[in-house]
Amino acid sequence: MMSQFLQVLLSGLATGSIYALVAIGFALVWQAAQTINFAQGEFVMLPAFLVLVGLNYFDLPLWGALLFGLGMSVLILGAAFKKLVVEPILPHGGITLVIATIALGILIRESVKEFYSAEGQPFPSVLPSDPINIFGAVVSLQDILNLLLSLGIVVLLTLFLNRTRTGRCMQATAQNPAVAEILGVDVKRMVLYTFLINAALAALASFLITPVYLAKFSNGETLGLIAFIAAIVGGFNQIRGALVGGLLIGVLDNLVATYVTAEYRAALPLILLILIILVRPQGILGTPEGRAV
Amino acid sequence: MAAWLRRILILALIALAIAAPLGQGNYIIYVLTSWLIFSIAAMGLNLTLGYAGQISLAQASFMAIGAYTTALLTLAGWHWLAAMPLGVLACFVIGFGLGYPALRVKGHFLAFVTLAFNTLVFLVLRNEEWLTGGTYGLVGIPRPNLGLFSTMRSLPFYYFTLVVTIIAALAMWGIVRSPWGRAFRALRENPIRAESLGVDTRRITLLAFAIGSMYGGLAGALIASLVQFIEPGSFGLAHSLRILLMVAVGGAGYFFGPFLGAGVVILLPEILRFTEGYYLIIYAVLVIVMLIFVPTGMIGVWGRIRDRFIARPVARADLQQGAQLK
Repeated sequence: MMSQFLQVLLSGLATGSIYALVAIGFALVWQAAQTINFAQGEFVMLPAFLVLVGLNYFDLPLWGALLFGLGMSVLILGAAFKKLVVEPILPHGGITLVIATIALGILIRESVKEFYSAEGQPFPSVLPSDPINIFGAVVSLQDILNLLLSLGIVVLLTLFLNRTRTGRCMQATAQNPAVAEILGVDVKRMVLYTFLINAALAALASFLITPVYLAKFSNGETLGLIAFIAAIVGGFNQIRGALVGGLLIGVLDNLVATYVTAEYRAALPLILLILIILVRPQGILGTPEGRAV
Repeated sequence: MAAWLRRILILALIALAIAAPLGQGNYIIYVLTSWLIFSIAAMGLNLTLGYAGQISLAQASFMAIGAYTTALLTLAGWHWLAAMPLGVLACFVIGFGLGYPALRVKGHFLAFVTLAFNTLVFLVLRNEEWLTGGTYGLVGIPRPNLGLFSTMRSLPFYYFTLVVTIIAALAMWGIVRSPWGRAFRALRENPIRAESLGVDTRRITLLAFAIGSMYGGLAGALIASLVQFIEPGSFGLAHSLRILLMVAVGGAGYFFGPFLGAGVVILLPEILRFTEGYYLIIYAVLVIVMLIFVPTGMIGVWGRIRDRFIARPVARADLQQGAQLK
């Protein structure tokens, strides 16, 4: 009984830590450019397919294909997304941009379906998946390594944002672009960095999560929703908020599926979201921003 | 546009809608009917998106609620005219309950709540087989019989749908023109000014969303009778997104935008049929390109052309947008 609980908890934490990566990227882009990216789920789906292209069409070794996937993701989902979609549309207003990202999500999803395959593709695992025994709970080593790796990435990112000059400039940009600009921060470059980091985080999450399922064009639908909700639940304006939100959703999702209902596990995010909005709209760790209307 | 010109144009459009299906095959009539039905759904979403400035990603779910309510009641022997209002009312109540928490806070929370709601409705429709028939759906939904005028054949059903659409459009016209509707518009143009003039922005937005959801329910009640078969897959997230794009493509915040947008979205697959699977890809690219160059949608193209040839007084840009106080 106890060992099953531990097992459910650990694998929940592992999935949750990957959700957290996606949620953090989402929150960063929101802070820096006030962009709610509805294609975020597709941003996690696509890199896995880029790796498969590297493996099957360019005959790269696995590490080469992963680097290729990461590089292409940063280029397409980071730089091109910012230059071609966000920059021209943002002046027309937030809602227009949201609709554009929805269309972009459809574009990515359908392109993968038409040009690669509509079937789920096996994805090579980067990490060993032998079962290991922790206090009687049988957990796959992959889960544990996923958890450690994602947490490591979050720690590195936090160090980068807090300890380096560029990171602090990025934070200043997120807090108040006008003042940051006056103080000599290259605001445009910082916003671009944010988009690149978001793309890289999405790619890393993709490499970690896809071996657990299969690479499929429709993977992004649930992933995107869960990442948004993780960001909102944890607190939109905090990196550690997105981390907590991701872990919480991963664990709760697993607990609900095991102990309450498997059929309605997808309803959990909605319930969590409504509870948070009613009780603590700024999120568990978020700070209130004040409501201007 | 001058009032008389507008009136003549509207009458011409209605005449065109009456004449269009005459002498056409069943398939064309089916496509035209679904254009009218999706226009109703898009009209409702236009109220939420275009007038109140909130994104709802659950319009297909409200269609599902309207469709399943109407289907279950008509299958149990109720008349369509009695079953439909219940479905529409259910949409209003659920929309109100869903919007109440979501609109308490600033930001696009409604979008996320409705996104998750769409998943939930899909799950309920699929899992609760005792009520909804699960993945097999409901079959053999009767079409309304209005005494002398039976709508079992496709042409009479088209005219029935046309009448319902015109009534729904007139009601929408009334809403948009009423003090309420002016409050919607004030909210869209400048929320801070609206608030300071005493408009209860939260209540107004909530009402706009709930009424918009009602239109979704009405469209659902019609589509259940049109297809005579409903299943959860016809009301998935993809369909909500499709309706949202109809509004954006047609022109959010313009009265006739939804009709245009629904027409494009329904007819484009027919025109682009030769592209086979690439249709959605082409469509998504077109939408993004359009949002970059003409963010106000296809109706906005007309405005662009008119502004080029007919000089008009321009409001000072800073006044028009409000001072963007923070």
